[in-house]
Amino acid sequence: MAVTSLKEYIGVARDRVDNYGGKQIVYLSWDHHLLFAAPLMLCLPPATPFGEVLRGPLAALLQADPDAAALDWSKVEWLKDNRPFAPDFSRSLADNGIGHKDQLRFRTPGLNSLQAAA
Amino acid sequence: MSTVFIALQANEETRPIIDAIEIDNPQAVVNRQPAMVKIDAPGRLVVRRETIEEQLGRAYDLQELQINLITLSGNVDEDEDTLTLSWNE
Amino acid sequence: MDMKATKKKLGMKERYRVLTRDLGWEPGYQSKEAIFPYVRYEGIKVHDWDKWEDPFRLTMDAYWKYQAEKERKFYAIIDAHAQNNGHLNLTDARYLSALKIFLQAISPGEYAAHKGFARIGREFPGVGTQVACQMQAIDEIRHAQTQIHAMSNYNRYYDGFHAFADARDRIWYTSVARSFFDDAMSAGPFEFMIAIGFSFEYVLTNLLFVPFMSGAAYNGDMATVTFGFSAQSDEARHMTLGLECIKFMLEQDPDNLPIVQGWIDKWFWRGFRVLGLVSTMMDYMLPKRVMSWREAWEIYGVENGGALFRDLARYGIRPPKGWDDAEKAIDHMSHQFMLGLYQWSFGTAFHSWIPSDDDMAWLSAKYPDTFDRHYRPRWAHIKQLKAAGTPFKNYGLARLCQCCQLPCVFTEPGDPTLTCHRETVYKGEKYQFCSDGCKDIFEHEPEKYIQAWLPMPALFSELGGDVAAWMDWVSLRDGADNGDYDGSRDQRHFDEWRGLATSNL
Repeated sequence: MAVTSLKEYIGVARDRVDNYGGKQIVYLSWDHHLLFAAPLMLCLPPATPFGEVLRGPLAALLQADPDAAALDWSKVEWLKDNRPFAPDFSRSLADNGIGHKDQLRFRTPGLNSLQAAA
Repeated sequence: MSTVFIALQANEETRPIIDAIEIDNPQAVVNRQPAMVKIDAPGRLVVRRETIEEQLGRAYDLQELQINLITLSGNVDEDEDTLTLSWNE
Repeated sequence: MDMKATKKKLGMKERYRVLTRDLGWEPGYQSKEAIFPYVRYEGIKVHDWDKWEDPFRLTMDAYWKYQAEKERKFYAIIDAHAQNNGHLNLTDARYLSALKIFLQAISPGEYAAHKGFARIGREFPGVGTQVACQMQAIDEIRHAQTQIHAMSNYNRYYDGFHAFADARDRIWYTSVARSFFDDAMSAGPFEFMIAIGFSFEYVLTNLLFVPFMSGAAYNGDMATVTFGFSAQSDEARHMTLGLECIKFMLEQDPDNLPIVQGWIDKWFWRGFRVLGLVSTMMDYMLPKRVMSWREAWEIYGVENGGALFRDLARYGIRPPKGWDDAEKAIDHMSHQFMLGLYQWSFGTAFHSWIPSDDDMAWLSAKYPDTFDRHYRPRWAHIKQLKAAGTPFKNYGLARLCQCCQLPCVFTEPGDPTLTCHRETVYKGEKYQFCSDGCKDIFEHEPEKYIQAWLPMPALFSELGGDVAAWMDWVSLRDGADNGDYDGSRDQRHFDEWRGLATSNL
């Protein structure tokens, strides 16, 4: 039973992609970089090339981190659905299979200025 | 053994009540915090009307406690003469 | 009030029987099923409603008498507060941020609880239960009213109080408390009782009210001490009602156990998430602190919650599923929240700030295993950014949890260096969560939670991402209600007026 109810009950999903005027939500998170208190939310057209997301809105948001300047996107390890992921920077979000409300994580081993020494 | 507790506002009305609780529960520990008093006791705590009346110098209805009560912990049982807090273990 | 104890014709137990159970009747021309249609669908089996009894045995006549006395005490002090420049007697105006959060998020919760108890007082068949729910419904609306009234005095002098009703409906952090109550109110009467009466009142409100009110006293806030204690004097009765109801369900039928346990698991976790904001109030927002969040958790969580669940073990109840994860979060959550509130302070109708060196020394002493290691380096960097003239504002809106609706600021239970990522797919839609606890709750009743109105995504779906339009919509006055306390109008006014109050120049 998908909800405890008196009779059959079907909910309407509130955040479906149709409600975003042709855009979609993408969540991005830099592993072990907790200066940013929570994963970042962007709202973008699905046709946006992946590399443009990194160079544009994401780069602007990450400025405050002391590791931002040393970030080398060609060496970053990616996760989608919490599994390894190999995005093509020249292709769009949609072509990379990045759907509405997907969470992308990226890792930069060795680059963790504000993290406590283990 | 688990602790039961009762916390009362710190004011003129509760001063004799706290004294009475101390008299009836020698094992209780009275913690005085800003604006409140929290009384802890191992397993069980009894508040007796008669003892409060002796300390207060007037007749007392145990339900008057409601006015100055802040919080409590434990299973409650109340009648005319006593309010008991206890854990079953 | 004259409190003479009059000679009673009836004993307390007898009086309780006459003034509660004797008010009920057996219906003649309608079936009980038709009159009480909502008591069976949740699966709880009750064989004898008369077995439920209020252990305080409070009857309506006594209730009115004592509540009237509480109101008289309350208004005497509120008047004194307003007449004696009570708004200048605070330790520091930073303290007001805690009050603003309380007014925007918690007081509306009291009103929601009022509606809920009024409803279940009608839906439960037992007379004892009906009377107790009626009293609680009246208590809760009294709490909402007295809190709003007490804090209205601060609204004359300080920012952030003026639009609490819009904040309640629209701003992002209040949706956490609102969704908690909406979730409870859209459940059946028994689940509502576990949600509010048991988990919230019994297991968690001590953590909210007791240190908070004591903290108000410590920080010179007479208005809040007064409404707090006036409300809290009802809470002991509410907690007792919650505990009695849970014991009643467990004693009525063994089949009730797994349902009740499931609700305890769910509502402990939902309540724990709501109280996360309280951890920040205690550790960061009280200029003079009574105890740390960790110390309060030891007393009211570990010791008192532990005692409760050892007591309920005789029915087969075990501690809530999220208990261990909660324990692992205690030394981290207030810091994680405050760092979030500071970087998103452009969107809050209260101020936050970088803790001072003294504050950090205190935090380091209270959290020896976590603060210096994980959180001090972040604050130190944020302080540098501010000194360099580039104060840290995180305009990347936060991912919210689909269940608790908090920004996902929490880390893995075993790894405080890594954000906790949990997700699921339901009917082709992806949903994100802050924790296993919240994901489990969603997966148990997905049709409910897919409807959640999440304020951050709504900024894009409803306002096209226009932050200025959003501020207008939530009645947030940019540059006055929000941002760093340092340099705020509240800070300037408090210093200026306090100076006027203590000198003749």
